[in-house]
Amino acid sequence: MSTFLQLSGIRKTFGHFTALENVDLTIEQGEFVCFLGPSGCGKTTLLRIIAGLEAQTAGRITQGGRDISLLPPAQRDYGIVFQSYALFPNLTVADNVAYGLVNRKVPRAQARQRVSELVKLVGLPGSEDKYPAQLSGGQQQRIAIARALATSPGLLLLDEPLSALDAIVRVHLRSEIRSLQRKLGVTTIMVTHDQEEALSVADRIVVMNHGRIEQVGSPMQVYREPASPFVADFVGRINVVPATAEAGGRVRVGPTSFECAHDAAPGSAVKLYLRPEDVLARPIAPGDSNVFDAVIEKIEFLGSYCLVRVNSPALGEHRLTVYLSLNFLAEHALEVGGRLPLRLMPERIRLFA
Amino acid sequence: MSTALTVPVSSAPVRLRATAADHVSAAAVVVVALVLVAFLALPLAAIAVQALQDKDGRWVWLANFVAYAQTPALLESLWNSIWVSAVVTLIAVPAAFVFAYALTRSRMRFKPLFRGITLVPLLAPSLLSAISLIYWFGNQGVLKGWLARVGLDQIYGAPGIVLAECFAVFPHALMILVTALTAADGRLYEAADALGTRAWRRFFTITLPGAKYGLISASLVVFTLVVTDFGIPKVIGGNFNVLATDVFKLVIGQQDFQRGAVVAILLLAPAVLTFAVDHFVSRRQTAMLTARAVPHRPRRKPWRDGLLTAYCVVVAALVLAMLGMAVFASFAKFWPYDLSFSLRHYELGLLDAEVGEGFVNSLTMAAGTALFGTALVFSGAYLLEKTRVPPLLRALVRLLAMLPMAVPGLVLGLGYIFFFNEPHNPLNGLYHTMALLTLCSIVHFYTTGHLTAVTALKAMDAEFEAVSASLKVPFYKTFWRVTLPICQPALVDMARYFFVNAMTTISAVVFLYSPDTKVASIAILNLDEAGEIGAAAACAVLIAAASAVATFGFWLLALWIERRTQAWKN
Repeated sequence: MSTFLQLSGIRKTFGHFTALENVDLTIEQGEFVCFLGPSGCGKTTLLRIIAGLEAQTAGRITQGGRDISLLPPAQRDYGIVFQSYALFPNLTVADNVAYGLVNRKVPRAQARQRVSELVKLVGLPGSEDKYPAQLSGGQQQRIAIARALATSPGLLLLDEPLSALDAIVRVHLRSEIRSLQRKLGVTTIMVTHDQEEALSVADRIVVMNHGRIEQVGSPMQVYREPASPFVADFVGRINVVPATAEAGGRVRVGPTSFECAHDAAPGSAVKLYLRPEDVLARPIAPGDSNVFDAVIEKIEFLGSYCLVRVNSPALGEHRLTVYLSLNFLAEHALEVGGRLPLRLMPERIRLFA
Repeated sequence: MSTALTVPVSSAPVRLRATAADHVSAAAVVVVALVLVAFLALPLAAIAVQALQDKDGRWVWLANFVAYAQTPALLESLWNSIWVSAVVTLIAVPAAFVFAYALTRSRMRFKPLFRGITLVPLLAPSLLSAISLIYWFGNQGVLKGWLARVGLDQIYGAPGIVLAECFAVFPHALMILVTALTAADGRLYEAADALGTRAWRRFFTITLPGAKYGLISASLVVFTLVVTDFGIPKVIGGNFNVLATDVFKLVIGQQDFQRGAVVAILLLAPAVLTFAVDHFVSRRQTAMLTARAVPHRPRRKPWRDGLLTAYCVVVAALVLAMLGMAVFASFAKFWPYDLSFSLRHYELGLLDAEVGEGFVNSLTMAAGTALFGTALVFSGAYLLEKTRVPPLLRALVRLLAMLPMAVPGLVLGLGYIFFFNEPHNPLNGLYHTMALLTLCSIVHFYTTGHLTAVTALKAMDAEFEAVSASLKVPFYKTFWRVTLPICQPALVDMARYFFVNAMTTISAVVFLYSPDTKVASIAILNLDEAGEIGAAAACAVLIAAASAVATFGFWLLALWIERRTQAWKN
């Protein structure tokens, strides 16, 4: 793989507000990258700077080896899709998709050929003569993608493309976008605030907060090895428990000392981060470390599994949330007040100051 | 990768390189800005200069204002203007409020008909009501006897002005109040009902507070319209002087530009205040109605609906009586002795070259205002909203686009005299031409057109231009292929507004016409002055008819566009 897009020292301020603070990022050719973060974190601003729709306050952008930092949008090479679709309502699907082709003096027959190829690609063959208003939201967004891809840009920018759609269409379309991107190999950046979306489609996720990049990594890295408390909190569900670091790879929660690998100074106050699925109810073998007896305090039914809150004398006043399958609960006839042994996976525990 | 990470720490703000299209849009904005500076800002500045200088061009600062304050006759006009406007406001706004209440909060029948009738006065110059009043209560009026019974010896003067202005401003107040009362949150009324609130308490705790800003806004607009109106006091004012007629006498009669400018600045004051308050109020108003509000649907209440219907019938009848009298009298052979049907006044008016030509001039000016005004105002709004314009230039054009709302026509016209009549001005050649009359009308009615355009543009997806740029299509192609077709209804609305207002306006053009460029609305004044009130009425009726035909034409156009664009509107 080779570097396709490189951002160095990108800063953006609006008056006294700093929207982006020294962002450095390298994106490889053919990669699918998601910018993930809460609203106001600067992810959309960063995308708009890459598109040339906003000017950075400082910093440099190169795309395919070319410095594009000062180029206006029309001189950059990308296709873009917005949350609002931004389809031209008075033009047919065919005219929308061909909008960029016509301007490049592509011969009419060839343009028509390309249009029908593209609408087929996005799964809407035969819709050329319809107007956007005659299509559903999901269909409109497919056409917007076709329009963005029509001129075969080197970079596809997706600005929250699925946020305006309802849940089922959203899940369906995101996997289609993913397979389309694989098929075409076009380098793609998608902005989203939905962590599940980012985890499911991205090659790499850029987690952002307050105008800074918190972590860049594969979905698995971001989920399993969050680089900061913010990432741990924002991506997925996680238990946060105050604890004290101890020497010899141990950490104390309440009265109990647990095993975990860490490099925190012994005696320092830390926070223990552990995902609910990393608190195991089985298999627990005799002699396993980090096992304690828990009492069920509350069960929240979520379908195939339940979110169970437990307390334990071993944890002092602290509580943990655990995923337990419906079958497991039924098998052991567990209800509120029931008791069970639980084990904290030592290799999954992360400590942050 | 060996690119050195040399990041500029603090340097000049980064500006993306401009494309050819950016140069085009910047140049176009500069043109719009220059038009507004030359035909709005500089004429207004010329008024200030006149007010602060003496006849020989020496700076005397406030001496002209001091001299004004020491002239009892002029101070009396100031007082007259203020109290007459206040009385009209006190009568017209409550009257319009009840009417608006009937239109929005009752289950009265024939609402569109009532609404339509009250809007008709907008098609004619405002002084039409003054002419009608003369026929009803003037020296030879049919109901002259009624005056004595209410203790008035004649209609000319303050009573005539007050009455005529009430009719002239009624539609303006009504439109604002209907808007204010339409913006009601039905959930509040349901909550009140659920709590068992009595009707009168509901009115004073929900309805009235909800319409508060509308009432303030309507009062200010009415006051300003009356203070700055010229036609009605001219026709029915008699010896009763007000600021607006003073300006005319000082500038045209006595050529006293200095004191004329002082009065113009006095006229500007309430309008600027209105503008400022209205701007503040409209921001508060929008905040009141959230996106989750539910429209209020009034329930049927026979006694309330009946009373309101009776009220609306009376008001509509009065409006029709006002309009009808002018129409009737314009067809009467020899008022009041021979009321048989005759086209004498129309012949006299139209065959008399002056008025016939004036009517053609009016149509030319109205058509020019509609065409060029719509083009200029819409392009200006588009460039401001949708293209990359240097921030300072954008702020300047925005300000200039909103300013005309605060400038009465009389003041604008006066500024034009001072500015364009100046022999050293390179634009001096425009003075007295139709082109200048048209430009003056465009500028005079700029703000409403601008707001219509901005509303339509804001309703469009904000990313069209970004998508076009990414597809390497220059903005003007998207403007032509997408923006203009989508905004057709707004364009028609703007053109209609420009046309009707240019047809009926008097105040701005009264200073600017020459014998060759006299327009029909001015001809009314001259005919009235010459004692040819029948012909004046005929001329006013013709203007109203032309406006009505044009309105109908624009309506047909809008309907045709609606049909044609049905395919993509769902």
